[in-house]
Amino acid sequence: MGSRDQEKKTQSTDFAGQAVATRDAYGAALLELGKRNENIVVLDADLSGSTKTKGFSKAFPERFFNMGISEQDMIGTAGGLSLTGKIPFASTFAVFETGRAWEQIRQTLCYSHLNVKLAATHSGITVGEDGASHQALEDVALMRVLPGMTVIVPADGFETKQAIDTAAEFSGPVYIRLGRSKVPAVMPAGYKFQIGKAYTYSVGKDATIVAAGIMVAPALEAKEILAKEGIDAGVINMSTIKPLDGEALLAAAGRSKIILTAEEHSIIGGLGSAVSEFLSEHHPVRVLKLGVMDTFGCSGSPKELIQLYGLTAGNIADTIKNNLK
Amino acid sequence: MQTILNSRDIAYLRQRAREIRIEIVTMLEKSGSGHTGGSLSAADIIAALYFYKMKHRPADPDWPGRDRFVLSKGHAAPVLYAALALTGYFDKSLLDSLRRVGCPLQGHPSSKLLAGVEISTGSLGQGLSIANGIALGLRLDKSPSRVYCLLGDGEIQEGQIWEAAMSASHYGLDNLCAFVDMNGLQIDGRCCDVMNIEPVNDKWKAFGWHTIPIDGHDMQAIVDALDEAEKVKGKPCMVLAKTVKGKGVSIFEGKAEYHGITPTTEELEIAIKELG
Repeated sequence: MGSRDQEKKTQSTDFAGQAVATRDAYGAALLELGKRNENIVVLDADLSGSTKTKGFSKAFPERFFNMGISEQDMIGTAGGLSLTGKIPFASTFAVFETGRAWEQIRQTLCYSHLNVKLAATHSGITVGEDGASHQALEDVALMRVLPGMTVIVPADGFETKQAIDTAAEFSGPVYIRLGRSKVPAVMPAGYKFQIGKAYTYSVGKDATIVAAGIMVAPALEAKEILAKEGIDAGVINMSTIKPLDGEALLAAAGRSKIILTAEEHSIIGGLGSAVSEFLSEHHPVRVLKLGVMDTFGCSGSPKELIQLYGLTAGNIADTIKNNLK
Repeated sequence: MQTILNSRDIAYLRQRAREIRIEIVTMLEKSGSGHTGGSLSAADIIAALYFYKMKHRPADPDWPGRDRFVLSKGHAAPVLYAALALTGYFDKSLLDSLRRVGCPLQGHPSSKLLAGVEISTGSLGQGLSIANGIALGLRLDKSPSRVYCLLGDGEIQEGQIWEAAMSASHYGLDNLCAFVDMNGLQIDGRCCDVMNIEPVNDKWKAFGWHTIPIDGHDMQAIVDALDEAEKVKGKPCMVLAKTVKGKGVSIFEGKAEYHGITPTTEELEIAIKELG
């Protein structure tokens, strides 16, 4: 095998430095996990091509269960499989996983603290053309409120791969929010994902942007835009939304005049709310929330929608500038 | 009475069912809240499962070789608690603390708090999917263990039940045997008036299940159905057990209002007399 091929192979296994949709990283991670651990089982609700569980289904047909279009049954079945020592990953679009089957997740998975992993794709408005019915903007809120649930929103393929591996090792229910569209690589080489540990790029004197998921990339861009205008902004990737990394927040709140949260989710109940809840109690500081403003999404290309809903690097930079005046 | 698990002695099983009923009314009178009618209607089925059919070790509740039981109609918790106490999972005196603060005997069963409860239930419609998942997992492990699940007849109005009915059949789960406790009543009245579920037998058959309609208080019929279910290959088995809500205590029998109310001290005396 030539050195270029080897390099390509290494790249494709951990996604470091690669622009890739987090759902693609998930599919690849599952396939590897399946080879390593025969207790990994996967369930899907007729969307395996889109959620990228199809690779696993082909490699391990006996450990893959297509439940058809029945999300509630899928969650219960996943719970039952976990009771026999299996580690189920149950996937569908985020809006159906967390919305249609919320009560099954509450009663069956969380109340009994079952070892089931919910890897939901097609979160947020970057679902694009399918429109509001398919764009989950409430999923983090719905999962975060459940006792014992861990909520992870990875920022890129590299972090997704590690989050999936970590979730498989972790005991208890985990929600992992994944996206449809390709995202740039934002995590540095050598980064090690840990549940409950944020990654702080820097803390800004003027502001710190606490972002998650696809909003980490524009947050980093916004930091550069602001630097050119003499504004010192930091960036934190808060990839675990529950449990929240309070230490990282306290370090930022102790230094920055403003904390701005940035998420591809409703400003109600998600990252912004989690950060506000924590800081209002432990270190009151001005918290601004950038996200989708208590409204539904709509059809359009992901790029157009990001602009329409005000989730660009420019929007982040402007919000900080306007509020520092 | 000496506890014998896996006894096929019908008289012994009938006696155990009577004891389960006595424990149900006794604990419910003490707690002052809970579900009387639907616990009593299931007592014979539960006695047959816990004293005859299921392989289980009360001293080792997590024994991997055990058969599994999912009480999908979680409000019938008292019948499960009575069976667990009488088979020796915990001391019978614990039944006195049903529904008290800090007690493992929650209003609806909690697997986190009580060993012997396979999975927490209480929100109707969810247990069959869980039973399916256990059955799939056991099959992957090539385990000979079987899965049992008890549904209420009102409960099968839940849509998720029919999702699960479809998937158990799709995956050919012949290590699964479910029961519908067909006592004909739900909180608001007769099932046929609230939301008609008939024709129940045709429905399960159409979903690809092997069905066994029986009198759910005929111990011989229950035992025979459990044996028959074990021989069915390639499909899940549904025992449609015609029962009487409140069975065993004349003043509760067939009364929808005893779904969620408990015996008074005077009613308990009558009940014990009739059951004794």
